[in-house]
Amino acid sequence: MNRPHPTTRSVIATVLAKDLRVELRTLQSVPAMVLFSTTIYVIFRFGLDRTSLDGSLAAGVLMVTILFAALLAINRLFVAEREQGGFEAIRLAPVDGTALFFAKATALVVYLVALELVALPVFWLFFLDDGSGLLPLLPVLLLLNLGLGVTGALISPMATNSSARDLIGPLILLPLLVPPMIAASSAGESLLAAGDPSYERYWTWLGTLGLYDLIFGLVGWAVFDYLLED
Amino acid sequence: MLAASFRGMPELGKAIHASGLWRAYGERWVLRDLDLDLEIGRTLAVIGPNGAGKSTLLRIAATLLRPTEGEVALLGCELPREAWKLRGRIGYVGHSSLLYRDLGAAENLRFHARLFGLPGDGSERIAELLERVGLAHRAGTRVGEMSAGMVQRLAVCRAVLHEPELLVLDEPLANLDPAAAESVAPLIGRAAGRTRILVTHDVAAALNGADRVLALARDGSVAFDRDASAVDAELARSVYSDVQVPSA
Repeated sequence: MNRPHPTTRSVIATVLAKDLRVELRTLQSVPAMVLFSTTIYVIFRFGLDRTSLDGSLAAGVLMVTILFAALLAINRLFVAEREQGGFEAIRLAPVDGTALFFAKATALVVYLVALELVALPVFWLFFLDDGSGLLPLLPVLLLLNLGLGVTGALISPMATNSSARDLIGPLILLPLLVPPMIAASSAGESLLAAGDPSYERYWTWLGTLGLYDLIFGLVGWAVFDYLLED
Repeated sequence: MLAASFRGMPELGKAIHASGLWRAYGERWVLRDLDLDLEIGRTLAVIGPNGAGKSTLLRIAATLLRPTEGEVALLGCELPREAWKLRGRIGYVGHSSLLYRDLGAAENLRFHARLFGLPGDGSERIAELLERVGLAHRAGTRVGEMSAGMVQRLAVCRAVLHEPELLVLDEPLANLDPAAAESVAPLIGRAAGRTRILVTHDVAAALNGADRVLALARDGSVAFDRDASAVDAELARSVYSDVQVPSA
């Protein structure tokens, strides 16, 4: 039967809506990420034996916590597609497979934003004397989220198809995420320095993060359909 | 080499054409040197013992697996090169229901309706299908809370939702009681222009419902491939034992 094929945009919306609905019902990813990040803050607080952080240490604690919390969601990102036939459903339908990539990357960004809505105030409460650096940090975190989203959505299906999913994912992902982590931590170092936030090389780091997101977004767009093949 | 000889070979009127088809998982060959032709609108029953490669053949026919060697064309499209042209033209019922456990019955079908671009998100078609398989009153029930029979009925609804030209059915009546099987049968039965490939262990159903019967031996080779009228129950059952199949 001839009927117009759905647009990539509508498929992204369909898959994203499905993922968010399932997450709202099952609460499998975001609550675990929030709990994990809060636990990590507690460990850092007692491990470092400091009630106040600034500069590179503050930025490092924040970015590393977000990174490891993201890994929890990335590990689960394609599990339903693998175990419940989502990959096959996409391959049987008259749709562009890369829509799945962009839908999953967007879902991951939404999860990370939800995480940060809780994790940032908690971080402020635990470690910062002055929260004035947090507002200019938001664009940095948004671009970091995008980088984690596209890279996670690219690597996660490969890991999900492996029997050693929990090992393969981080092993491939972490080296790939070094550049955005360096950029985000460097931007955060100046913004979270003691006293007023400094904007030294702020735009350079934002540009680096944006470039990384663009490159990995394009790589995902180019290769994702092949990852869906048997 | 084979590919070169195959160029332009898909014939009009042929729903399936396979030539020298082999498929391996790792170093284990599951399908061996399979040749097959089936005209549009006909039904092929695939029988054979467990592990003979029936489900693998169906996954290839559903474009979900690539052949390791050999050539396959479906509805005039060469696989895997032109698999994208077949998207949306095949309905597949396999071992997995392709349904999300945390979505309701209607939500799952709506998700698939959107993927297939059905008008109005397929609301009318979904309501009709759920009614026909007796699941209208369970439209809001999550798949994870359904019995195996209900999930199977829903999987059939999913497969026929977009009214596909080619139905690839791997034990479509598995887990169904007689009444449920009766409700599902018309949805996956013969229809004008619809080609079907059906895997079943029910020899009587295979012989009654099919135009051709392809029997696979334990090692994945073809035991026989004949018109259904030339296959009797004794011959069909012989593929499940190690009895030598008489030549046609």
